[in-house]
Amino acid sequence: MSLDAQPPAGPAEAGPAEAGTAAAAGPQVGADEWVARQAGRREYLPSWLGEAQRGAERIGWWPRLAVAGLAGALLPLVGLGGFQLQVGIDALVIALLAVGLNIVVGWAGLLDLGYVAFFGFGAYGFALLSSNQIGPNGIHLPAYASVPAVMVGAAVFGLLVGLPSRRLIGDYLAIVTLFLGEAFVEFTNNVDPKTFGGPNGIVGIDAIRGFGHQLSTNTGYYYLLVIVLVATMAVLRLLETSRTGRAWRAVREDPLAAAAMTIPVNRVKLMAFAFGAMVAALAGTIFAAQQISVFPTDFDTPILILVYAGLILGGAGSIAGAATGALVVMVIYDGLLRSPADSGILFYGLIVLTLLVKLRPWRRLAGVVAATVALGFAAHAVVKAISASAVAGGPGSTGWIGSALRDWVIVPANPTVPGNWGFVLLICLLIALVQVQGRWRTILLVPVIYLASFVWETRLVTQPAITRQLMIGAILIVMMNSRPQGLLGTRRVETPT
Amino acid sequence: MAFFFQELVNGLTTGALYALVALGFSMVYGVLKLLNFAHGDLYMVGAFIGYFVIQWFGGPKGLTIPVPLLLLTMFVLAAVLVGGLGVAIERFAYRPLRNAPRIAPLITAIGISFFLENAALLLFGAQYRVYNTPDFISASSGITIGSVTIDSLQITVLVLGIALMLGLRQLVSRTKLGRQMRAVAADREAAEMLGINVNLTIALTFFIGSALAGVAGVMAGLLFNQVSNTIGFTAGLKAFTAAVVGGIGSLPGAVLGGLLIGLAESFIIGYVSSLYANLLVFGLLIAVMLVRPSGLLGQAQLQKV
Repeated sequence: MSLDAQPPAGPAEAGPAEAGTAAAAGPQVGADEWVARQAGRREYLPSWLGEAQRGAERIGWWPRLAVAGLAGALLPLVGLGGFQLQVGIDALVIALLAVGLNIVVGWAGLLDLGYVAFFGFGAYGFALLSSNQIGPNGIHLPAYASVPAVMVGAAVFGLLVGLPSRRLIGDYLAIVTLFLGEAFVEFTNNVDPKTFGGPNGIVGIDAIRGFGHQLSTNTGYYYLLVIVLVATMAVLRLLETSRTGRAWRAVREDPLAAAAMTIPVNRVKLMAFAFGAMVAALAGTIFAAQQISVFPTDFDTPILILVYAGLILGGAGSIAGAATGALVVMVIYDGLLRSPADSGILFYGLIVLTLLVKLRPWRRLAGVVAATVALGFAAHAVVKAISASAVAGGPGSTGWIGSALRDWVIVPANPTVPGNWGFVLLICLLIALVQVQGRWRTILLVPVIYLASFVWETRLVTQPAITRQLMIGAILIVMMNSRPQGLLGTRRVETPT
Repeated sequence: MAFFFQELVNGLTTGALYALVALGFSMVYGVLKLLNFAHGDLYMVGAFIGYFVIQWFGGPKGLTIPVPLLLLTMFVLAAVLVGGLGVAIERFAYRPLRNAPRIAPLITAIGISFFLENAALLLFGAQYRVYNTPDFISASSGITIGSVTIDSLQITVLVLGIALMLGLRQLVSRTKLGRQMRAVAADREAAEMLGINVNLTIALTFFIGSALAGVAGVMAGLLFNQVSNTIGFTAGLKAFTAAVVGGIGSLPGAVLGGLLIGLAESFIIGYVSSLYANLLVFGLLIAVMLVRPSGLLGQAQLQKV
């Protein structure tokens, strides 16, 4: 293949008639740049999603952020209340954490697996400064004193934790920070139960208060979190394009080259840790005040993995990606998978939509649908002939979906255990499906759809919550294998050494 | 003094167990330069396989086959099944990421660890499963030297552990597969040019490493009696500590690290308090990493420019 034979063109739609004017207007694009642009173009999501992405990119960053913040602020007015509001609060806390983690992991490229300890530090710090834990009457500082104090403390803690990053790189840093995270949980669990409360945690924490007011409703915390998240994102956006932000990315791409460009590598790394810790501690203070209590288990690995799942899904390195990913993950995790009212339609709708968007040409789509339907009826008939009790249970869905599936999907009389195994098998098949190519993918698709329906009807429709943790693990694996830059991130090319 | 020697024996036994997990972990790191966070969860799967084998043969009280045969079945089945699981994980989760940025396989490994842990929760429930080892291996049988007792279970674990370690040493240093493994670990591209089937070598490394974790899982079930979906995480952390303290990628280092961690833990529990055992083990790790990041027996890595 030779690129020289063809004159490198600009945009794909530029015809031969325009080529002359383009050349007259400016220098022609070089081969390298053309390749880079082509690669950049491929980064957009397929079809209309990509169009929307391109459209959004033409608008500046702050109108986009303002619109997103306004949309968030309007949500409670259109009837978000009670349980949904709590989901919103949790999602915003995780989003704030993901945005902070993005500084360390996305920009500075330091894999910090103890990040949740900073969240815990913030929550415990706020709890100690706003409850009866210390001294005879306790300390009850107003929020405008305690929150900055805790954030400064977290920054110092972040510097201390970051110290190993001066000597350790990559994997070693990951282990040490993971241990620090575990050590935090062990510490709060075991050391000085009179102050830290041991496994019983600290209860009776003050609300966020100051200047004669205090936040006592969930709606109040929701608005506070929306404001804090938008403000943090704005500050981080300015930081990203600043000298420090550029230094972080330089250190991520190549510490040696960065050092040669007189960037103080160690100091820059420590700064990333300190900034990340401050954001996490801020999230922690609001979390503690809203929950009125903190427990060591609130800051264990599952939360860390949740934050990572959000960051990876959205795209490490992009502020908007981190926030969006975390919000999506948390809304699915906490909201949809807990209240199964209409999730059946969502489930089947998603499958049909994915097939419609992804499967081309339509003959292949028709083949897959026909094969799935045929497989279902055949499997049902065969199993029924062997053992009547294996199909004795009806589908879990009610209404027209349930009756349509009655003779298609196999539901045993006692569906729990087969449903569980089916679910684990389904996740494994999904991971495999991402990997195989071409004809095999089409063939594998048929049993996967059928299995998905089986799992849904036997198990998930009644208890969707059981799948939550597994789904988070699956997101990490599938995203890393299929689209490591996440939904909104930009691809990083790293030359193998 | 008797207490000291008793703790020494206990520490050596758990140390042998940690060493087996750490060996697999270190081997995988050697060929792929990947921290396999899912390694501890493979150990958990092995422990569950052992439990189901006991149940399959009539439960701890009414065994239908002799005890040595039962132990053999448990170890072989756990090794083969967990080894297969390790190969599958490598094929579908790590292989596509060979040339991805370093952070990608690490995050995938965390995802797999989380996935395995929660799959076990879903399939086997949250309650502890109990091996009830004393019902079929008497705790009083064994060797008594002075006032120190080494019961037959500890002997089994120690003998099997040492045999596996020596076998692995022979495999790595003497056989063709071992040479291929070392070649891939040293330089994957050069190994490929010399006609070594890199994919097969890595898959076999994963098989052996995971099988060792499976065997260690069964040992843990026999020794500690309790199995649940969360045991993998703690064991994984201990194995990291062992591998890192000994020098990651170095097999004698992993054994040394495992024994050190086992002894340290045993003496801390015996002489200080069980509350601080984990905290002190983690502290040990952080101290070693700061003073000597390449571990006790590891070689300092020179960075190529």
